Amino acid sequence: MKQKIKFTVNGEVREYEVAPYQTLLNFIREDMDLTGAKEGCAEGECGACTVLVDGRAVNACMMFAVEADGKVIETIEGLASGSGLSVIQEIFIEYSALQCGYCTPGMIMSTEALLRRNPNPTDFEIKEAIAGNLCRCTGYTKIIEAIKAVAKKIN
Amino acid sequence: MGKVVGTNVKRKDGIEKVTGSAKYTDDLKFSNMLYGKVLRSPHEHAKIVSIDTSRAEALPGVKAVITGKDFPNVTGLYIGDRTVLAIDKVRFIGDPVAAVAAESLEIAERALQSIDVEYEELPSLVDPKESMEEKELLIHENINDYDHADFIHPVKDTNISNHFKLRKGDADKAFEEADHIYEEEFEVPMVQHVPIETHVSVAQSQLNGKLNIWSSAQSPDALRELVGVVFEMPLNQIRVDSVPIGGGFGGKAGLNPETPIAVALSKLVLGCPVKITYTRAEEFECATARPGIIARFKTGVKEDGDIIAQEIEYIWDGGAYNDYTVNVSKTGGYSCAGPYEIPNVKADSYCVYTNRPVTGAYRGFGMCEIHWGIEQHIENIAEDLGLTPLEMRLKNALKDGSKNVTGEELSDVGYSETLELAAEQIELDEKEDTGNPTKVRGKGIAGGYKGPSTPPNAASSALIQVLADGSINLLITATDIGQGAYTALAQMAAEALGVSIDTINVSTPNTDYTPYEWQTVGSRTTFSVGNAIINAAEDARNQLFDYASEDLGVDEEDLDMEDGIIFDTTDPDNTDKQAPISKYAIGIMYEDGSGRGGQVIGRGVYIPEGVSNLDENGQGRTVNHWTYGCHAAEVEVDTETGQVEVLNMVTTFDVGKAINPELVEGQLEGGLVQGFGTALFEEFVYDGGKLLNKSFVDYKIPTAMDIPNIETNIVENALGHGPFGARGVAEPAMIPAAPAIANAVYDAIGVRVKSMPITPEKILAALKEKEANDN
Repeated sequence: MKQKIKFTVNGEVREYEVAPYQTLLNFIREDMDLTGAKEGCAEGECGACTVLVDGRAVNACMMFAVEADGKVIETIEGLASGSGLSVIQEIFIEYSALQCGYCTPGMIMSTEALLRRNPNPTDFEIKEAIAGNLCRCTGYTKIIEAIKAVAKKIN
Repeated sequence: MGKVVGTNVKRKDGIEKVTGSAKYTDDLKFSNMLYGKVLRSPHEHAKIVSIDTSRAEALPGVKAVITGKDFPNVTGLYIGDRTVLAIDKVRFIGDPVAAVAAESLEIAERALQSIDVEYEELPSLVDPKESMEEKELLIHENINDYDHADFIHPVKDTNISNHFKLRKGDADKAFEEADHIYEEEFEVPMVQHVPIETHVSVAQSQLNGKLNIWSSAQSPDALRELVGVVFEMPLNQIRVDSVPIGGGFGGKAGLNPETPIAVALSKLVLGCPVKITYTRAEEFECATARPGIIARFKTGVKEDGDIIAQEIEYIWDGGAYNDYTVNVSKTGGYSCAGPYEIPNVKADSYCVYTNRPVTGAYRGFGMCEIHWGIEQHIENIAEDLGLTPLEMRLKNALKDGSKNVTGEELSDVGYSETLELAAEQIELDEKEDTGNPTKVRGKGIAGGYKGPSTPPNAASSALIQVLADGSINLLITATDIGQGAYTALAQMAAEALGVSIDTINVSTPNTDYTPYEWQTVGSRTTFSVGNAIINAAEDARNQLFDYASEDLGVDEEDLDMEDGIIFDTTDPDNTDKQAPISKYAIGIMYEDGSGRGGQVIGRGVYIPEGVSNLDENGQGRTVNHWTYGCHAAEVEVDTETGQVEVLNMVTTFDVGKAINPELVEGQLEGGLVQGFGTALFEEFVYDGGKLLNKSFVDYKIPTAMDIPNIETNIVENALGHGPFGARGVAEPAMIPAAPAIANAVYDAIGVRVKSMPITPEKILAALKEKEANDN
């Protein structure tokens, strides 16, 4: 039996019907065609599904879609605007902070959440903020350098 | 020529990846798509007595159900030991037994639960040494009849899927002349690639007989060829569309089961694409893992440290099916001594079947597994002789003119340089005292080498299409699995051609349109495809200069092109003797409206020269180029908890020429961290043949909080036959990480952990033992 929910996604208020057992990740990928968030493990361990819920980084696979009712959801698709890429996106490219790109949307959303609440993070705080985003390609070094560069640029 | 090779051009596929708009295989949606799921064996070794699919077939929403006997053809690149689904018996927990296609994942899962399989359990073999000795119980009863590549040698009536033999010089005689002989054994468990994107494939069989495949597979042409064999289809009726790949590391090389299973299902639901996406648990248990190894070394040395004889035995735990691993065992065999010159070597490398997960190619292709032992063994010898780790390595290191274990004479060898640089950077001889007796620091170094492990005749090709406005399409079937292939290849094309890199578009590989590429594996893409591209560029230039010569009245040999402008080298500033590339893109046009020629399409192919199969003693030249390098590590060991923290690491590799230094750094850092993960965290934990840690909860890979500080050094000794002098680096970058850390731990606390990973339990046990021995 489907349930009606209403929430804001990437700036737009939308109404949907969701199945009670559907995860937020499954809903945004299958029903909203926002495929930027990825399923890497479906058990909240890898962070490939990271989205922002009311500004906080959340593993969308660990949240039911019905829980999104009344919330503000932001996905990777909402970061770039009409005028171009966001600063984080530009600098990730600039610093070669991605390789296969599968962890990248989640990594960028975690970075966005970090810099909103802590615009001048220490190295430790950066590593802690992305500790839940597993990357197998880069070894994290360039990702951390990129996030430092973003912090420097916005301050 | 305008120089773009050697610069940090930004990734060509960056924007789609940072915006989430790149569509990976699981992101693809089709209007009438069905979901495929696989029913898997719960037993590690059993006969399949019967399968009843009737209840599953009756479920509403289930569109197809298949079992093994529906598709009896065998698949294999190096040994044909596997069918699409298991037929008579299952050989590991997770072995595919049946598959369904349904309208939703939920229905598909319910259908799996509705399939009744009767098994007759068999005794199992989970220890590779035991399995190797076993004469009665065969995991593959038909091993004598298996098709295999002629450089693979299964041993009749055994569980040995390959025996690689290497005999250089006379080791037995040389041991008699040795001043000292050392014997040691090392062990490496199975580990998994853990790409963040799991294995996934979509297959669609059209009513007109054509088959479309979208897959996370690394090698579209190999995929097509193997599918063609299994399903007896002409290759031109199969189209593989390349899709962005979320990490491969060799696990997505060749043909993996999700593709033929999806294809098999698709044949029953014509027109409907069938998607099979592995869960993370399936990725760990049922995809591909890195083989385990038991490595035994016997080494004879002279007093001064010269290694004169080695006897080496590698026993590979290959798991239930060994298609790729047979070649890993061969590669381990022909590289067996590491980057050192040893005049007398006797080596035997055995690939063994066990009732454990399937293994295959994993970054390093056997090199990580063997260097774990090689790079610790050599240090034990050094210590006993009174030599430093660096001295011992430099004394025996391969150099220009050295003969490696296959008797190949080497050139362009930069190993010693990388060792000295790394040792200098990490200040190998200086140790820090923390002032706290329970926190001890140490430093270590380790080296490694590798060449692409391909059949000698692995071929590459490239097409360069000049479009009417002078922009370029570069057509290749190499894939970008994260390493940045498209970017580096575009750089080489731009420089070889003489155009700006901004004018080059790398067409997405598609087997209907892009030319043959053996596989994107083995760190061969920059080298092999690069050489094909250089040939294609030369061909394109010849065509352009043919037209330009006539049009401009300049001899062909006096023409050159830079930034897309063709000019006369004897009169470079004369604009009357210049023309943009677009002028001749579709041939030469005449004033009366006629023309000659047609579109400029540069064609280039490449097969490495001078390589062939090794002889029956493993002698010859079979590797098209080698890459050498090393890692150094500084660790801090907590002697109360046994925990090892890796503080700093230095990576130094001779890449010949860094086509894109930033991308090379990405490989050095990524490979190092992947090796670091195997050194400290990663291993498959079993109960018999049952994998216990098939999730991220219990199988840990490094996070951002775990990594050491990393310094990268790129050394450039040009490879004579490399494109712009370049060598491969992606796999070599991982090889020395784990032994470097092990050597640093030894330097800190005087104990060796000879089995990966170095866990706190092992450290504490080793410290206790050392204390007992000292007393």
